[in-house]
Amino acid sequence: MSNTILHKAATRGHADYGWLDSWQSFSFAGYYNPERIQFGMLRVLNDDRVEGGRGFGSHPHDNMEIISIPLKGSLVHEDNLGHKKVVSEGEIQVMSTGKGVFHSEYNNSPSEPAEFLQIWVFPNQLNVTPRYDQIPLDLSAEHDTLQQIISPFPGPKASHDGRPHKENGTWIYQDAWFHLGTFDAGREIQYDLKKQGNGIYLFVIEGAFLLDGHRLEKRDGLGIVDTPTLNLKAADQGSRILIMEVPMKNNIQ
Amino acid sequence: MENTQLNILALGREKAILEVVERLINSHEGWKATIATTEEEAVAAFQQQTFRIVFVCAGFSAAEEEALRQRLLKIDPAVTVTRHYGGGSGLLENEVLSILQKK
Repeated sequence: MSNTILHKAATRGHADYGWLDSWQSFSFAGYYNPERIQFGMLRVLNDDRVEGGRGFGSHPHDNMEIISIPLKGSLVHEDNLGHKKVVSEGEIQVMSTGKGVFHSEYNNSPSEPAEFLQIWVFPNQLNVTPRYDQIPLDLSAEHDTLQQIISPFPGPKASHDGRPHKENGTWIYQDAWFHLGTFDAGREIQYDLKKQGNGIYLFVIEGAFLLDGHRLEKRDGLGIVDTPTLNLKAADQGSRILIMEVPMKNNIQ
Repeated sequence: MENTQLNILALGREKAILEVVERLINSHEGWKATIATTEEEAVAAFQQQTFRIVFVCAGFSAAEEEALRQRLLKIDPAVTVTRHYGGGSGLLENEVLSILQKK
């Protein structure tokens, strides 16, 4: 039987600064809960809402893999590596911050709020050259199936038949795989662990899912370890889930 | 009277980030940061005052971190030498609180 840890949406950390309304699944900034520091190498899962015309001014990061998934609206990203990009709903952004990067993220709309998930994963290599990537998602491809958006593989790798193939989505410096999917009510979903010893953290973006007697509602999180296969069921029409598979132990090389 | 100031030494090779870490630490009442960009600077600072926490920041490898830990623990076995991740405000306060809770 797998071991699970349930984080109901309402029990997350919460910070409301007016311009930023942030719900934090794990301890972050002024929210400190020693029982909720991280899930394996998944350290931050913030569910952020930024008011129109507002955002995060220039600030540094290092040695962290940062994945942003806009859920509504768009953000303007600018960094000291020379990138100035707009990342919108239907895209994801990845920064491998490595030996250090300064960046800003502002709501691209002067009036409408933007909502996005901000996810930090500990890297498996320190002090890498910083990297920025942004990819579009095929939203039609995630209907009733899981779409891989993150993997550890930056390029072609040998598949089971020996021929190289490109992994879907983008990549990070960690043995982690992220998938997104939107499902009709009643649809059953199987997820097979990609690497032995990893754990899986589920985060319900919309709707509800059923798993092993748990009913996961919108913005609930569930961490699962010691299980090779998950069998989920969408409880509501249009239920959307983010599945994050991460190492459970520090694996810095 | 007991000195309750929390002295934190931050060591890193990216000075611009280190200066932000210094400012963030000093913004907390009762916390005082000293920064160093080389191991020798860090050891020199360590020999001049007592630090409860040493954060190893960007630019230093895991092997360098371990070597520094062993060196500083010989001087003060009570110090905690640990990696600071994230380079900014997101995790810094949490990292300090986690260490203080364990002590």
